[in-house]
Amino acid sequence: MNSDKKVLVCQDMDVRDSAWYWDKFFQILMLVSGVSAIFLIISIFFFITKEGFSFFFEPFSFREFFLSSVWRPTSLSNPSYGILALVIGTASVTGFAMLLAVPFSLCAAIFISEFASGRVREVLKVLVELLAAIPSVVWGFIGLSIMNPLIIDLFDVPVGLGILNSGIILGLMAAPIMTTIAEDALKAVPDHYREAAEALGATKWQVTFRVVLPAAKNGLVAAILLGIGRGFGETMAVLMTSGHSINLPTSPFDSVRALTATIAAELGETAVGSDHYRALFTLGILLFLVTFVINLTADIVVKGNKRH
Amino acid sequence: MVDPSIEILVQDLTVRYDNDIALRVDNLEIRKNEIFGIIGPAGSGKTSFLNAINRMDEFNDSMNVQGSINFGGLEVSRVKNVYALRKKIGVVFPLPVGLPLSIYENVALSPRLSGIKDKIKLDEIVERCLIRAALWEEVKDRLQQLGSLLSGGQQQRLTIARALSQEPKLLLLDEFSIAVDPVTTMRIEDVLKELKEEMTVVLVTNLVQQVRRLSERTAFFLNGELVEVGETEDFFTGTVEDQRTRDYVEGHFG
Repeated sequence: MNSDKKVLVCQDMDVRDSAWYWDKFFQILMLVSGVSAIFLIISIFFFITKEGFSFFFEPFSFREFFLSSVWRPTSLSNPSYGILALVIGTASVTGFAMLLAVPFSLCAAIFISEFASGRVREVLKVLVELLAAIPSVVWGFIGLSIMNPLIIDLFDVPVGLGILNSGIILGLMAAPIMTTIAEDALKAVPDHYREAAEALGATKWQVTFRVVLPAAKNGLVAAILLGIGRGFGETMAVLMTSGHSINLPTSPFDSVRALTATIAAELGETAVGSDHYRALFTLGILLFLVTFVINLTADIVVKGNKRH
Repeated sequence: MVDPSIEILVQDLTVRYDNDIALRVDNLEIRKNEIFGIIGPAGSGKTSFLNAINRMDEFNDSMNVQGSINFGGLEVSRVKNVYALRKKIGVVFPLPVGLPLSIYENVALSPRLSGIKDKIKLDEIVERCLIRAALWEEVKDRLQQLGSLLSGGQQQRLTIARALSQEPKLLLLDEFSIAVDPVTTMRIEDVLKELKEEMTVVLVTNLVQQVRRLSERTAFFLNGELVEVGETEDFFTGTVEDQRTRDYVEGHFG
């Protein structure tokens, strides 16, 4: 008798109760949400491609598009769509910004996470996050009204708007974000690693350099890549501080024009469907692809982090 | 129909990680209301065995379980409600995992998930489980503190209390005494002896003497193979069949 009852008690493992159905319900809900997010992204990509794709057939020529630095879309008699100068403009500004921002933000992250303690750490973290929240137009304003006269004074150049100004501003913008993400990566290194290393008599710097940094390596690389993505996609501050003139730069004081700034400044004035309009959307495709590749790389790097 | 005095019946079980066989068990019975000991060196497949019973292979893509595990008359791999299955099986992992909840909520979680809302009843369950896990005296005045902040040994006992709170039919203990001092280990062992009135206990351990103190029957695993099952006493009186078992128990190994 007793054993019969026991078997019966076990049968409920074969019964799907309400908790089981709720579980399935939420699984499906999450699936639908996830799929719709993916669907939205694909729609955006589809829209940009649809608007810009026909440009590849008609006025597009590979040589002109990628190798010419003449961007003259509004010319009636002889329009030209060379983006070389724009690409170099974006690359030089972003590159300069990263040259400044990467070392600073990594050091700041190491300081906040490993060396600062108590009050100092809390205050610094809040300040860095506050910096990250400053709108880009404000940064552009700082570049125009403070950096511009400063550069003219210091270096005795006629115009202070160019790679230098734009790079510094962009670096200042990207640094807080990179610092925050890098600090998160360092924080994620378990404390018992530090304790085990310190128990060997390692100094704080030795622990940081030999144990914490290697353990957080992937997260730090991801932070840098996201910073680059941020710099690459930034529009307003670059538009305001780069001088916005088409130019193949030869010195850091030269004015340049960025891909993003070109789209922002020109799209409002083009006729929908015109060659110019489609050319700008092709720039959009290019930007989309580059940021996609950067984010994907960051993602793969972080995934590598989890496997270890 | 399976013999009702048998809680777990394992037949032709193979556990693989990717393509490497981690464990092979042709035939193994665990009886109702016994403490069943499993001994064997590291990497012998003890933990894989426990994971297979609980269908933990679903958390690990590379882990693959084949063969039959019958628990309470049902085939584990074909049970329709895996959550109800896991509710019947309490597990204590070797490294304690105090959930980031208060001590009280750690123990009250499973009863709450089963729908118990009555405060008095929950209080009673929490107290009973913490007493059984030999932790109550140390934490009764700070039940609202975070469970994950307890010391290693205390967290281990917290996980035992948590496993008991779900009133399992089967309790899987994977080296529970690894972070617990000898005095407390003895107290928990005494509790286990009482618990077998209510449930079946599978005890995986590195301490052969612990098996001798607690279990009626013991299995010896070696390199993913079930070498021998028998009365625990036979392991220590030298009446086991396999020379490797004798060597391991006597400590002449490797």
